[in-house]
Amino acid sequence: MKEVHVSEITKSVRKLCIDANYYLSDDVRDKLKEAYENESWDIAKDILEKIMINADIAKNEDMPMCQDTGVTCVFVELGQDVHVAGGSLEEAINEGVRQGYADGYLRKSVVKDPLDRVNTKDNTPAMIYYNVVPGDKLKITVAPKGFGSENMSKLKMLKPSDGVEGVKEFILEVVKQAGPNPCPPIIVGVGIGGTFDKAANLAKKSLLRPLTERNSNPYYAELEKELLEKVNALGIGPQGFGGKTTALSVNIEYFPTHIAGLPVAVNINCHAARHAEVTF
Amino acid sequence: MEKRISTPLTEEKAKDLKAGDTVLLSGVIYTARDAAHKRLVELLEKGEELPIDVKDQIIYYVGPTPAKPGMALGSAGPTTSYRMDAYSPTLIEQGLRGMIGKGLRGKEVVDSIIKHKAVYFAAIGGAAALIGKAVKKADLVAYEDLGAEAIRRLEVEDLPVVVVIDSEGNNLYEIGQRQYLDSIK
Repeated sequence: MKEVHVSEITKSVRKLCIDANYYLSDDVRDKLKEAYENESWDIAKDILEKIMINADIAKNEDMPMCQDTGVTCVFVELGQDVHVAGGSLEEAINEGVRQGYADGYLRKSVVKDPLDRVNTKDNTPAMIYYNVVPGDKLKITVAPKGFGSENMSKLKMLKPSDGVEGVKEFILEVVKQAGPNPCPPIIVGVGIGGTFDKAANLAKKSLLRPLTERNSNPYYAELEKELLEKVNALGIGPQGFGGKTTALSVNIEYFPTHIAGLPVAVNINCHAARHAEVTF
Repeated sequence: MEKRISTPLTEEKAKDLKAGDTVLLSGVIYTARDAAHKRLVELLEKGEELPIDVKDQIIYYVGPTPAKPGMALGSAGPTTSYRMDAYSPTLIEQGLRGMIGKGLRGKEVVDSIIKHKAVYFAAIGGAAALIGKAVKKADLVAYEDLGAEAIRRLEVEDLPVVVVIDSEGNNLYEIGQRQYLDSIK
């Protein structure tokens, strides 16, 4: 059995929080560049250029690319043959967040009580999602999520008879209603199936997928492509000023569901699509 | 059209700005988000004085990251504006001339903008490191307990913004998208 000490986990999570917020990953950079080259609308081109310059400044000067350094979503894939030694895994992750947000000069955006609204001042607790998998590896992905885009996300329990057309219609409606608010160009994360909460989790997880990859099921890969075209035909454009580039990608994840239901969740991410991971 | 504007933003300067203009803004602006707006409006309701004189001023909806040593401020992109909609008309009535944020505004805000000849600008959401570099000085003015949400007085130089809703109520979010869609017909 493999052993991973909690102090290593804290150290890694600290670094992942900083790295994710400072350094935009290559897949998003490449998509932005591609969008810039394909964009014909002047103001849209100008915005995309500034977004790329911003990513360069953040990288070169070690600064957060966005001031909303997010609520810290942490995805844990824990191999069942891994023993976490020396303390609580959850506390180790939260301590990493605490250190990362302090040492990285990141904004603390979490309030302790959703109604009372007093800031916890260290960005904890992280939103941690655990998944136990076979094997002896421990993979941790840190994905800071801004709320400009999170607030524009929606979930709907469709009827089975609504079918794929109903799914498409709902996704387009969510993007249209969001308009300029979630800082387009956006990434549209979609979860189809499961239960109410499972669909939302699938949508969030789909945002971790590199933008160069399509769903491994050809049917869903095709649906992703079709929806991206439809989203970009809306004309919202970068920051909502008009243009071709409303979204960089539509990522769909699906799961078996009940005979009576068709849950669909749409989790929108902004162009500052941040995630960084480590495997022990 | 690219324009250079310095604060204070007088009625005359505001009237000259049109939806779609890109503007490089210099001078003093103030930061405030949800929590600070709530407090400002509560003060007015009680008939008390505001910690800042908003006449001909611009409020930037931003909660910046902490400044690193040697910097005036950290990253400082706009937050979504509709959360301030409930408070903005009251401040515009007090003479507030400009707002910088991102995203849609409600009808009451637009009506108030037209009535009092104000301007709604957008900064590029997510271009926070770039925008942060335009901030030369940042001083805490009020509500230190709100942390990133406190009111700060910023001195900015060539802060890049776009006029979204001008003093006549023209809205770039509507015009821009329509013109783009017409152009590809």
